[in-house]
Amino acid sequence: MINIPSTIKISLRSIRVNKMRSALTMLGIIIGVGAVITMLAVGTGARQKIEEQIASMGSNLLIVLPGATTAGGVRMGAGTQSTLSMGDAEAIQKECPAVLYVAPVLGGVAQVVYGNQNWSTGITGTTPGIFEIRDWRFSEGRPFTDDDVRSASKVCLLGQIVVDNLFGSINPVGQIVRIKNVPFTVIGVLERKGQSATGQDQDDAIFIPVTTAQKKLFGTAFPGMVRIISVKAKSADDLSSAEKQITELLRQRHRIGPKQDDDFSVRNLTQMMQAAEQSARVMGWLLGSVASVSLLVGGIGIMNIMLVSVTERTREIGIRMAVGAKTWDIRLQFLIEALILSLIGGIFGIILGISGSQLLSMMADWPTIVSPLSILLAFSFSGIVGIFFGYYPAMKASRLDPIEALRYE
Amino acid sequence: MPLIEAKEIAKIYRLGDIEVCALCAVSVSIARGEFIAIMGPSGSGKSTFMNILGCLDKPSSGRYSIEGVDVARLTRDDLAMIRNKKIGFVFQGFNLLSRTSALENVELPMLYDGLPARERREKAAAALAKVGLSGRENHHPNQLSGGQQQRVAIARALVNDAPIILADEPTGNLDTKTSAEIMELFVRLNAESNITVILVTHEHDIAAYSKRVIRFLDGKVVSDAPARDL
Repeated sequence: MINIPSTIKISLRSIRVNKMRSALTMLGIIIGVGAVITMLAVGTGARQKIEEQIASMGSNLLIVLPGATTAGGVRMGAGTQSTLSMGDAEAIQKECPAVLYVAPVLGGVAQVVYGNQNWSTGITGTTPGIFEIRDWRFSEGRPFTDDDVRSASKVCLLGQIVVDNLFGSINPVGQIVRIKNVPFTVIGVLERKGQSATGQDQDDAIFIPVTTAQKKLFGTAFPGMVRIISVKAKSADDLSSAEKQITELLRQRHRIGPKQDDDFSVRNLTQMMQAAEQSARVMGWLLGSVASVSLLVGGIGIMNIMLVSVTERTREIGIRMAVGAKTWDIRLQFLIEALILSLIGGIFGIILGISGSQLLSMMADWPTIVSPLSILLAFSFSGIVGIFFGYYPAMKASRLDPIEALRYE
Repeated sequence: MPLIEAKEIAKIYRLGDIEVCALCAVSVSIARGEFIAIMGPSGSGKSTFMNILGCLDKPSSGRYSIEGVDVARLTRDDLAMIRNKKIGFVFQGFNLLSRTSALENVELPMLYDGLPARERREKAAAALAKVGLSGRENHHPNQLSGGQQQRVAIARALVNDAPIILADEPTGNLDTKTSAEIMELFVRLNAESNITVILVTHEHDIAAYSKRVIRFLDGKVVSDAPARDL
């Protein structure tokens, strides 16, 4: 019969006797487990942040930008040309079956005044579809309607930051604000949404009907011009067909010949998010390989020290065999010792991993989340390493010849 | 039925092409309660014989049985069990676990017998008392004299109520006075508890404590006679 509590006691004593050696042996495991925890924390944190951003930006999102202008051979970059119109937006809505919502956008930065307060912010002229596309709700009031767009009404919706800066604790709904000296009635307030993927504060914004923006606030190169068109596809699977349909439709509408370049571009934001997630995953795999190499080295370290320990304690093994220790009594004693070494290393590794993750969050501003599952995973990893690399020395100990072992000096 | 029965046992080692006969056709029968000294110069085969008696080794040929059980057919773990239950070892170099208290050293055989901790502690304390070491339970071997260490080893040999004590030159590392004390302890255990004591020695005054002397030479028994004939 094998006596587990006594065996654990024996193992703990021999670890205590060789404190320094045990600590050095554990080092590999500590680093390995620490890296596993940090890797999982970085991966989980990045995924969660990206998911949040996708959720706040709206899912299945496409953005149509005008193409680049060319002035004397110098190309000015995407979005500089004025090629998109209200008609394009309406046509996309009508003729692209993979598209659910469309919202043309024309905006700019302008000063807003309420009473004696003023604030400069981004003014977005758009249609009610934008709130569906970005999945945005109202904390107060109502959105503007298609009628408001048709009649270019002077109504506006405020983001929370604008409300905080202009109104403080006053309810803004029904109040009049002046944007570029044009009076607008506040009809609603948008819910707080936080930062966008690019770090902009989405709540620092004012929304007005696109027609009002065109006619009252911002000049346009031609009547009905818009800066970008936001599109929501019916589902994630429809994204690429929506992209294709929009491209075909706009080439036709803009009379672009087969050999000419597009004067617009269609961007898939979900794909960009996925690319960011991919890079987080690569970071995770990198840490993962550090972790596995470190666990391997740590395991070899444990095997090494256990082999030394078996040799040093040959006589002890002989004595134990002489008084009746069976094969598994000896094997288990050394196996448990290796297991305890690696598990203690695992515990320190978990502490290292948690503090490492927090340090990464603090210093590099990376989102990290240490999940209980990852701790469990790392802990069992260290246990498996202990058993795997402790088995050979334990087996060697249990196969010693008692006569030789007793005679060993 | 004799306690120990060795019939024609031999132990042959192969050194390249040469076969070395460490033990050649030795037959010995030992009854319960005997006190035997095994003598002989080094290389005479007495250590090999002791290893076989102690179930640390198996004979190459011949039949060796303890309480009628033939050892030849037993596995490694079966032999460990016999050592645990039937045999107590006492060595020249004491062979105690260092950094381990006297009490825990004595508890060791019971650990492998699966006794609960409380019972182990009680029996170990009783065994230490029996060898005159009450009050030294928590001393470590390096805090004890040679004679005291050997008493701890004897307590360890006694603690599982083994019928046999095998002592390999138990006084080899002790001075004359302490040697006498240890030998008197063996005599007392033999007389009071009917424990069969088998000891290896090459000193005549140690052998004189025994009742029967078996002499080895070149792997053979050359004499087997009562001790008073010395």
